[in-house]
Amino acid sequence: MTFLALTAFYVIKLRHLFAVVMLSGVFSLLSAALLVQLDAVDVAFTEAAVGAGISTVLMLGTMTLTARREKIPNGTAILPLLVVIITGAALVYGTLDMPDFGDASAPSHGHVVPEYIEGTRDIFKIPNVVTAILASYRGFDTLGEVGVVFTAGIGVLVLLTSGSTSRGRRKGKGTKPQSDEKGGEGEGA
Amino acid sequence: MRHHLVLRVVTKMLIPPILLFALYVQFHGDFGPGGGFQAGVIFAAGFILYSLVFGLETARRTVPIGVLRFLIAFGFLLYALVGVAGLILGGNYLDYSVLASTPTAGQHLGVLVIELGVGITVAAVMVAIFFSFAGRSPKIRDEDW
Repeated sequence: MTFLALTAFYVIKLRHLFAVVMLSGVFSLLSAALLVQLDAVDVAFTEAAVGAGISTVLMLGTMTLTARREKIPNGTAILPLLVVIITGAALVYGTLDMPDFGDASAPSHGHVVPEYIEGTRDIFKIPNVVTAILASYRGFDTLGEVGVVFTAGIGVLVLLTSGSTSRGRRKGKGTKPQSDEKGGEGEGA
Repeated sequence: MRHHLVLRVVTKMLIPPILLFALYVQFHGDFGPGGGFQAGVIFAAGFILYSLVFGLETARRTVPIGVLRFLIAFGFLLYALVGVAGLILGGNYLDYSVLASTPTAGQHLGVLVIELGVGITVAAVMVAIFFSFAGRSPKIRDEDW
């Protein structure tokens, strides 16, 4: 937790964007370690792969298109700071009413979870309850999530690919023409 | 990055284990941590590493954008069609119990196939997004960093 706070502090303080991107990767990795501590290995796995891996690469890719340094902001930000402090205080106040970590009588453990665990043991006969819930009990949710990923991918392809193919074609003519590439682009356009 | 000999050799050694690990996470998701989302991202990370070190054009020849487009839709459709298969066999939508002779076998099969669909879509989308972003970047030299 201390490392997390320290990393977040430096992300705000540093102006060199390369260091900031790297530090946000470090932040994701530390969160993954924290989630492992909380016995949420599936989430930690995702955090490490997506947060520390893919998003860092994508941020670096974006950074090559823009400036390497953040602009120095003019003026102080009293109002945003106030909003952040009040929201943070409200969230901390909310956690005081939460049941203890690992409390068996917590409301979230009483509703449908016993049914999920028994079903996974008796019907699925697989050790990982998370997979059973994700894929079968909440199959519609997961289908929706895949739909979101699908839509995001299509959106990025539509927005970015059209521009880059026309540029790639110009570049291909200038340097060395490659037959298979041209064919693929012709189909795409 | 053609002149980074160490990077290229290490990358060549690393990519097969990364892809193998992704497949392990994909098909072992019932028994250990992992599943389609994580496996897809790890699989994509292998391809992204390849294109970072050996160049975008080489990677694009390995996985053409048309194949990616097909895979993005294919994974999603695979998931949705498993639900339709359940409907046809007399169950509810996305009810896997009717897919095989016993409910346990049916659930195993259903979970495996839909996780495969998730993995295919996620991997293809990640690689496609990376290609789209990296394809727009101007050429940068190592000193620019």
